[in-house]
Amino acid sequence: MNYSSYIALIPLLPLAGFVLLGLFGKKYFKTFSGTIGIFLLLASTVLALYTAYQYFFINGKVNDVYQSIIPVKYTWLQFSSGTSIDMGIILDPISVMMMVVVTFVSLMVHIFSLGYMKSEERFGTYYSFLSLFTFSMLGLVVASNIFQIYIFWELVGVSSYLLIGFYYDRPSAVAASKKAFVVTRFADLGFLIGILILAFEGGTLDFNTLIQRLTDTQSSQFISITTASFLGVSVLTWALTLVFIGGAGKSAMFPLHIWLPDAMEGPTPVSALIHAATMVVAGVYLVARLFPVFSINESSLHIVTWVGMFSALLAAIIACTQTDIKRVLAFSTMSQIGYMMFALGVAHKNGETGLGYTASMFHLFTHAFFKSLLFLCAGAIIHLVHSNEMQDMGGLRKFMPVTHLTFLIACLAIAGIPPFAGFFSKEEILLATYHANKIVYVIALFTSGLTAFYMFRLYFSIFWNKPKELHGHPHEGTFSMKFPLIILATGTMVAGFIPFGHYVSSDGKILETPFHLNFSIAPVLFALTGILLALWMYKKESNRPHRVASALGGLYHSAYKKFYMDEIYLFITKKIIFNLVGRPANWIDKNIVDGTMNGIAYSTAKISGWIKGIQSGKVQGYALYFFSGIILLVIVVLYLWK
Amino acid sequence: MNGIPISHILFVSTALFFIGMYGMFTRRNMITMLMAIELILNSVNINFVVFNKYLWPGKMDGIFFTIFIITIAAAEAAVAIAIIINLYRSHKSIDVEDAAEMKY
Amino acid sequence: MNLNLLLLIPILTATAVLFCKGLKQVRTVSFLGSALQLALSFILMYYYWQERTAGNNAAFLFEDNFTWFAPLHINYHIGVDGISIAMILLTSFVVFAGILVSWKMEQLSKEFFFLLLFLSVGAYGFFISLDLFTLFFFLELAVIPKFLLIGIWGSGKKEYSAMKLALMLMGGSALVFVGLAGLFFNTNTGDGSHTFDILQIAQMHIPVAVQKLFFPFVFIGFGIFGALFPFHTWVPDGHSSAPTAASMFLAGISMKLGGYGCLRVATYLMPDAAQQYSTIIIVLSCIAILYGAFATMMQTDLKYINAYSSVSHCGFVLLGIGMLTRTAITGAVMQMVSHGLMTALFFACIGMIYDRTHTRQMSQLGGLLKIMPFVSTVFVIAGLCSLGLPGFSGFVAEVTVFMGSWEHKEAFYKISTIIACASIVVTAVYILRAVGKAIMGPLAKTEYGLLKDAAWNERVAAGLLIIGIVAIGVAPFWLNQLVGPGAESIMNNISNAAVIK
Repeated sequence: MNYSSYIALIPLLPLAGFVLLGLFGKKYFKTFSGTIGIFLLLASTVLALYTAYQYFFINGKVNDVYQSIIPVKYTWLQFSSGTSIDMGIILDPISVMMMVVVTFVSLMVHIFSLGYMKSEERFGTYYSFLSLFTFSMLGLVVASNIFQIYIFWELVGVSSYLLIGFYYDRPSAVAASKKAFVVTRFADLGFLIGILILAFEGGTLDFNTLIQRLTDTQSSQFISITTASFLGVSVLTWALTLVFIGGAGKSAMFPLHIWLPDAMEGPTPVSALIHAATMVVAGVYLVARLFPVFSINESSLHIVTWVGMFSALLAAIIACTQTDIKRVLAFSTMSQIGYMMFALGVAHKNGETGLGYTASMFHLFTHAFFKSLLFLCAGAIIHLVHSNEMQDMGGLRKFMPVTHLTFLIACLAIAGIPPFAGFFSKEEILLATYHANKIVYVIALFTSGLTAFYMFRLYFSIFWNKPKELHGHPHEGTFSMKFPLIILATGTMVAGFIPFGHYVSSDGKILETPFHLNFSIAPVLFALTGILLALWMYKKESNRPHRVASALGGLYHSAYKKFYMDEIYLFITKKIIFNLVGRPANWIDKNIVDGTMNGIAYSTAKISGWIKGIQSGKVQGYALYFFSGIILLVIVVLYLWK
Repeated sequence: MNGIPISHILFVSTALFFIGMYGMFTRRNMITMLMAIELILNSVNINFVVFNKYLWPGKMDGIFFTIFIITIAAAEAAVAIAIIINLYRSHKSIDVEDAAEMKY
Repeated sequence: MNLNLLLLIPILTATAVLFCKGLKQVRTVSFLGSALQLALSFILMYYYWQERTAGNNAAFLFEDNFTWFAPLHINYHIGVDGISIAMILLTSFVVFAGILVSWKMEQLSKEFFFLLLFLSVGAYGFFISLDLFTLFFFLELAVIPKFLLIGIWGSGKKEYSAMKLALMLMGGSALVFVGLAGLFFNTNTGDGSHTFDILQIAQMHIPVAVQKLFFPFVFIGFGIFGALFPFHTWVPDGHSSAPTAASMFLAGISMKLGGYGCLRVATYLMPDAAQQYSTIIIVLSCIAILYGAFATMMQTDLKYINAYSSVSHCGFVLLGIGMLTRTAITGAVMQMVSHGLMTALFFACIGMIYDRTHTRQMSQLGGLLKIMPFVSTVFVIAGLCSLGLPGFSGFVAEVTVFMGSWEHKEAFYKISTIIACASIVVTAVYILRAVGKAIMGPLAKTEYGLLKDAAWNERVAAGLLIIGIVAIGVAPFWLNQLVGPGAESIMNNISNAAVIK
């Protein structure tokens, strides 16, 4: 079976959509640009599903091991023999899985936006940006070359920038888009340098070759990269840490997470697609892509684990205090990505020890469903209420039954209640951490309780609690808005039953992931406690939340302020970078460098001023000079020159 | 004639030269400056004539030179006065310091 | 392919412009002339590929050589390699766009267009010269029109800027001349006479002491054109005072004369000195890159932003040249082309905004996307290209420079590469700041609501430049193949020199 003919179409169809809608959307297909986008993406989704079927069930396996196949490869930019940026498509379990997730969620978001963005003036532009994002994300997941991933990495960054700033006349949206881009750019700097190191040491940019060379303990590249060191740390650790910084920036890991909550300024379907299901997991995907290399380097894996762990816990605590529903979801996303990260961090290369890897990918997969569902529900709610604030909501279950039900399913899933998808994936993560690292396990368990609490806090505050005044005739929205919710909710219910270890594992072989009933008691208990606590506090309007908040005092307040991370960053950028670097640089340029140039010009002018004073233009003056000169000569000749 | 020593005449011509020089330096009026220049030229003329008469009485070179200078002085006066008249027409003044447009 | 056409057409157009009456005739003639140049440069590229695929491996193609002034051994010797063709393409793009954006130049239009075309003669001549003297001649030819363009049609403190620019560039060419003369008198063609011919000098081995003496003259001289730190201060003032088309020419073409000169004359002819001085070049260009970027961050005038960012971006050109690897030099040339197109687009766009709003201060702009979608989109595209977004040319060029720089093993080179890399973050900050303030946000003044979007000429100009940028950004391999052999031959010279030593 020849893949190449159609696989390239999967990313190229959205690209065509971007070009078509971007150039002509505004003029020619003002009303039906959404339909065009949806149909192109539908074709892409079908192709992706077909590819997945082909890969997983027909010809992906050789000797029971999933192969990494590169059906398309084209040299894009040749640097020197051996190193070149190639545009290629790699098919292996994670890329195929991601391809399905991206196209599917994107399709749902496309459909949802049809109703949500209906009245928008820049409807065509919106769809063209969505298509651009889908194209870039697909390019990212199928990248066969580390520089290709960087290229699409930047492209998803810019499409995220464009979409966050979609409501460009709001200063807050502009600021948020800028923040998102700059923070991730900063992280990308690390990624870029990491790539340069890996490329230099490995002598190639191609993923497969790179991985093969750097994991083969006999190869010269392996020896040189592990023995060479910089500041006492081996170059490999440096490279992987730098690459991980790139991933952490995109995936909103502490301390580079500050852009994610602000990114919620974008249209809500965009948040569902980019800032929940796909782009933010790119960091996890990157680590997974380079996992064979990571797995031979303990120290970089530790960094991944602890950063993931800390982010998961921190975000969960903050999420409990936020009042903007999208921000709660944003922090919850950050927390769940933290889960995926530390699951990767505790995994190892082979067999049973690779459970974390499978679990992480599994969680990525299920998370995409329930988190995009949560965001789309939030979109529907915001569409109805015209506010993001929890206090403007309450008792909405009567007005929006479909949203209510699907939201509940998603909440149960993320809280880890069986039999919804989140339960299974979280279970595996906890199991993996239990075997690898007990401290991480305990924190993860606690975090999962917190997750259940803040999700149900959200759920009860929105759908129960005291009904608020709503103007106009509240209605749930068009069919195009309900349809994706139902589909995603179905996905959330069934996705957990996929035997994920059969398809995705760290070494490509089948990994049996048995279900341990005893083990799952603790997490479910934690989750139930969280839910009950939320029920007690938020089911009916009361002053209980307030009392709890004041009892927690400083902790509550600093969590509400997101632990002052924004303020710290603001201090560093405004006070330090701007005032201590930018301003002096400007001052030096204006006064010292330019001043020297002007000084040279000025002194030249000054000297010429003196000289030209002699050239007075007065004949009498000249005559006087002339005459005194003669007298001088006479004196010299007569008296001195003897 | 013979009684007058050469030094007396040279003294007169030197005096004339410095009077001319003084006038040249101090006056701003162009006519006066022109007159001062004439004085200088005439002091030179006197020198030429005197040296010719006293030192090489048989020769005529000094006299010729004097006549030559007188002719040139006439032409020079004509040109100078033309310039002065033109300057007066354009500047309503013949003060040298008023014509400063071309200065640097 | 006769290269003389490249000079003849702009000269003829410029002459024809002198006989035209009124803006309409002038601009039509200039437009046709520049379109012809554009077509010609494409034809040139086509023939070049044809020769190359036919297996012609000569370093320079389409050579033409005749004596200009025999006693001093000055020849009119022209020829092109891939690097020159890339620069010629860039020039013709920028000239075409520049003529189009000056479509409504009412004031002294004949003289304006004449000077623009005259400048292009200098640029073409410079890029095709293979004789140091003619090269210098054309370099000078390109300086004078700039002084007049800024002094007469400029804005702001134009006299000061015109004077500063002309004096600094003249100072640069004086240094270049000293270097060239020094080279000339140390050449030996075998029979005791000297030569200005680049090809011949490249074959000789100039004594290392001589190279070390004259390399700084040539490099700093050309470096002034190419905004070498600390001789870059003409760039912000000159660019911001110049009229739109002149800014485009200045940043798009003139600054590239410097980069090309550094490469073709300084590095190619004096390889030993280039190696010895490479550390200094790298340090200076790293300072220019990062410090230019930080200085840009503090600017409030859109033209100043772009001018300072040009300092930063041109630092990549000099960095690539200083790194002395094949990849880095290719990257430097790519960066020249990319920066030329991108900055011309940026200036064109700022000009469009200024024509309408009569201000370039960011604080007085805002929300332009709503009223001028085309201009704003172009501005965003130029900005994204400037911050090195993949898909646009800037990324390709910068990445090539980085990859080339990283090929060195020593920590010094790595650290300087990291410093240069760090600028991508700062670039993002100032570009997004400008975009956020001027393009997005609420409408700054209600009267802006009446402004019109771009006219056809502006659309064509911007469209052409964007096509250039995207063509490099999406399919960089063609430029890579075009430039690669040229960079290779320069590198050969350098490594040969290393062997002889």
